[in-house]
Amino acid sequence: MITVGLFIPCYVDQFFPHVGMATVRVLERHGVRVEFPEEQTCCGQPMANSGCADEARPLAEKFLRVFRGYDYVVAPSGSCVSMVRNHYDGLVGGRTGHEHLKAHTYELCEFLHDVLHVEKVEGRFPHRVGLHRSCHGLRELRLGAGSERNVPGFDKVKKLLSSLEGITLLEPSRADECCGFGGTFAVNEEAVSCMMGKDRIADHEQQGAEIIAGIDMSCLMHMDGLIRRAGKPIRVRHVAELLAGEG
Amino acid sequence: MASRDDILGAVRRAQPPATAHPGVAGLGNRFPDLPAKFAEMVAVVGGTCLRVPDLAAADRALRELPVHREAKRIASMVPGVGAATFDPVAVADPHELAGMDLCVLAAELGVAENGAVWLDVRKLPHQALFVIPEHVAVVVQASTLVHDMHQAYAAISHAPGFALFLSGPSKTADIEQALVIGAHGARSCTVLLVGA
Amino acid sequence: MGHAESAALFVRDDARAHWHDQALWFVRQKRDAGARSVPDWEALRERAEAIKAHTQSRLAEYLEEFERNATRMGAVVHWAKDGEEHNRIVHGLLQARGAKLLVKSKSMLTEECRLNPYLEARGIEVVDTDLGERIVQLNHQPPSHIVMPAIHMKREEIGVLFHGTIGTQAGLTDPKALTEAARQHLRQKFLGATAGMTGVNFAIAETGGIVVVTNEGNADMGTSLPPIHIASMGIEKVIPRAEDLGVFLRLLARSATGQPVSSYTSHFHGPRKGSELHVVVVDNGRSALLREAGFRRALACIRCGACLNTCPVYRRSGGYSYTWLIPGPIGSTLAPGRDAVAHASLPFASSLCGSCTDVCPVRIDLHHQLLAWRGEIVARGLLPAGKRWGMRLASWLLRFTWLYALAGKAARLALRVLPPAWTRALSGAWGRQRELPVVPPESFRETYRRTRGQP
Ligand code: SF4
Repeated sequence: MITVGLFIPCYVDQFFPHVGMATVRVLERHGVRVEFPEEQTCCGQPMANSGCADEARPLAEKFLRVFRGYDYVVAPSGSCVSMVRNHYDGLVGGRTGHEHLKAHTYELCEFLHDVLHVEKVEGRFPHRVGLHRSCHGLRELRLGAGSERNVPGFDKVKKLLSSLEGITLLEPSRADECCGFGGTFAVNEEAVSCMMGKDRIADHEQQGAEIIAGIDMSCLMHMDGLIRRAGKPIRVRHVAELLAGEG
Repeated sequence: MASRDDILGAVRRAQPPATAHPGVAGLGNRFPDLPAKFAEMVAVVGGTCLRVPDLAAADRALRELPVHREAKRIASMVPGVGAATFDPVAVADPHELAGMDLCVLAAELGVAENGAVWLDVRKLPHQALFVIPEHVAVVVQASTLVHDMHQAYAAISHAPGFALFLSGPSKTADIEQALVIGAHGARSCTVLLVGA
Repeated sequence: MGHAESAALFVRDDARAHWHDQALWFVRQKRDAGARSVPDWEALRERAEAIKAHTQSRLAEYLEEFERNATRMGAVVHWAKDGEEHNRIVHGLLQARGAKLLVKSKSMLTEECRLNPYLEARGIEVVDTDLGERIVQLNHQPPSHIVMPAIHMKREEIGVLFHGTIGTQAGLTDPKALTEAARQHLRQKFLGATAGMTGVNFAIAETGGIVVVTNEGNADMGTSLPPIHIASMGIEKVIPRAEDLGVFLRLLARSATGQPVSSYTSHFHGPRKGSELHVVVVDNGRSALLREAGFRRALACIRCGACLNTCPVYRRSGGYSYTWLIPGPIGSTLAPGRDAVAHASLPFASSLCGSCTDVCPVRIDLHHQLLAWRGEIVARGLLPAGKRWGMRLASWLLRFTWLYALAGKAARLALRVLPPAWTRALSGAWGRQRELPVVPPESFRETYRRTRGQP
């Protein structure tokens, strides 16, 4: 039996515990033993993305310490996984366990698809769902082909979701434009960030989506904040909730 | 020369460790029907492609077109094609070419992937002849067609002088992305594809 | 004013910001179609990247080879360390020939060197002949986009501008009619010009030729009539061989506008008969950038503009919200290398979505460069102190799991018990247009421990 170290990003821990629990359930339903090392806090992405390597480094060191013993590390976030996989070189490169951690830290859907080779997820989700392709999952982890590149099309998240019974997946007219969250960008560049978010939401609304689903709660938190302020009926859900069969 | 040596010195000190030139082999596109693809792409880039068996047919086809019928000042660089009204060799100053209506030009080769033709302007009495007329017509032999730009560059050489790839008429989309044909150069580009 | 403040002003006109966004998205879509029409697109990008990397690694040799061959072809090669020297050389050439009217085709380098005001101050009329550039020149603005200089203007505004400057009838808004008016107006300039100037898209070391690409034919008009052609190029424009052009030209126009190739791809090998060709090779900070291992890839840029068109921030903030002449991802990558203080906000004018990197025909890792620049900005102490201290505090707190858990609990509690007006005020820029998340009573770790026992 595979044991994974569950990595729950700090803001998911604090604000979206149900997404963490859904992740546990999805993994367990697929025969994985889940351990949540309680020592964990944050991967250091907010600091690294602000250019503050000195502030990010101790957190990367801590992360490596906490997770280095696991065969696999899995998180319900493309962005935080990308931090560990693509941006730890400059922070903890060369330390014991870094190469293993880098190669074995997975975003949830990626883990189901690439490691467990899940073809079909049992469960029903009879709703009209617009898929939000979070940028780091798409362009840093390559969970999908992306609209820019001329490569054979694939989309690991969509493939898993489309295997749910009753689900209607809707494509926004701009398949994978950024929602404008971008970490501190959301606050530094508030005006553009919010315009981007509203445009994404409007696109999904135009397709008739009831729900916007994505793999990163950060993007969804941003869009949800805009949706609730505007009093719109559309809702956001993390993909883990859908895969956990939480219709 | 001080600046030259300073710049080259600074560049030399800044250069990264050597990496190899990858070459250009193994790239490119192949089309099952070369003339058909070329004609299609000439249309895509805003030109008109007429397929004709020989130069005599090219001449007949051209003379029927409004760009020829309505033209008052015509020059032809392709003997037997178009009814030339003057010989540009006799024109001393290229400024006097302004206002000419049509110039018939011969292309060295045509490129199927983008509808471009290679014009060797070195052979013309004036460099302006491909850009100053209101309209141009270009004669391309089907036997010279290549699939893509890699093949094109393999086939052309670079002697002193001017040459260009011309692909369709002059155009712009600088006002609200609206495509307008005829910015500064030819307002139309008729390609006569001979022998296809 | 940094990018964020200018962008906020741009966004305030919501309809116009959306119009701008849509206009550029349309170009992005044309680019996608162009890229998809080429089966070996990704291989081409890799090859282009590798050719550029190779060229950088032997740049001095290739520049010398270019100079040798260009001279052999009959051109005169000049070298300029900076913009000032470039302008001096150009002016010297014009002055010696008594040239009073210069027609210029698009060149971001001459913009960078601020050539126009330099020459105008010395009594030379400079006419930008690319339609978009002529529009912004008449409007006394720099280009707002590197390929479509007047993309920020509406047809009505151009109609008013042309009415006031080149005497078109009032109320003209049809792009065709406006373009026709510009054609007539510029035709007179071409015929009257005593010198022509162009940029350089590619300089071929092996043959000594330069290649200039336009759709309008303005570079060709401007070099076919006057007795002197001056071409300005950055040192990074040189490529080793003519056959390399096959790679770059298949990428360039498709990336820029979706066209399979530009209308005019002009190859100048030496001067026209009876005329002169001068090539000015300009450094102006480029060799310094080449020294930076982390940032030199940006020198591979072929100025297609694709990264601007795809950038969700550029589309919604416009070219003038950037503090440098070249806007968008590539500009934000290049600018801080020139002046990190003046352009400190630019690396942060990105959500790091990475779309720029994936459209770039020469595969510059633009969003990683922006991220690396953020590190430089912080290392040089240019991040506002408040932000730096916020990061320090957070980093310190997150080192101690118990402290993090406690702080999280306290924050969640506060958010639940404080009156909404207070939390909204506390949420600052986040809360201007967005609600905070609905705060759960328990964190994940609490729920997990309660339901699963001690891990
Ligand atoms: S950085 Fe790349 S995408 Fe941007 S303008 Fe340059 S070549 Fe084009």
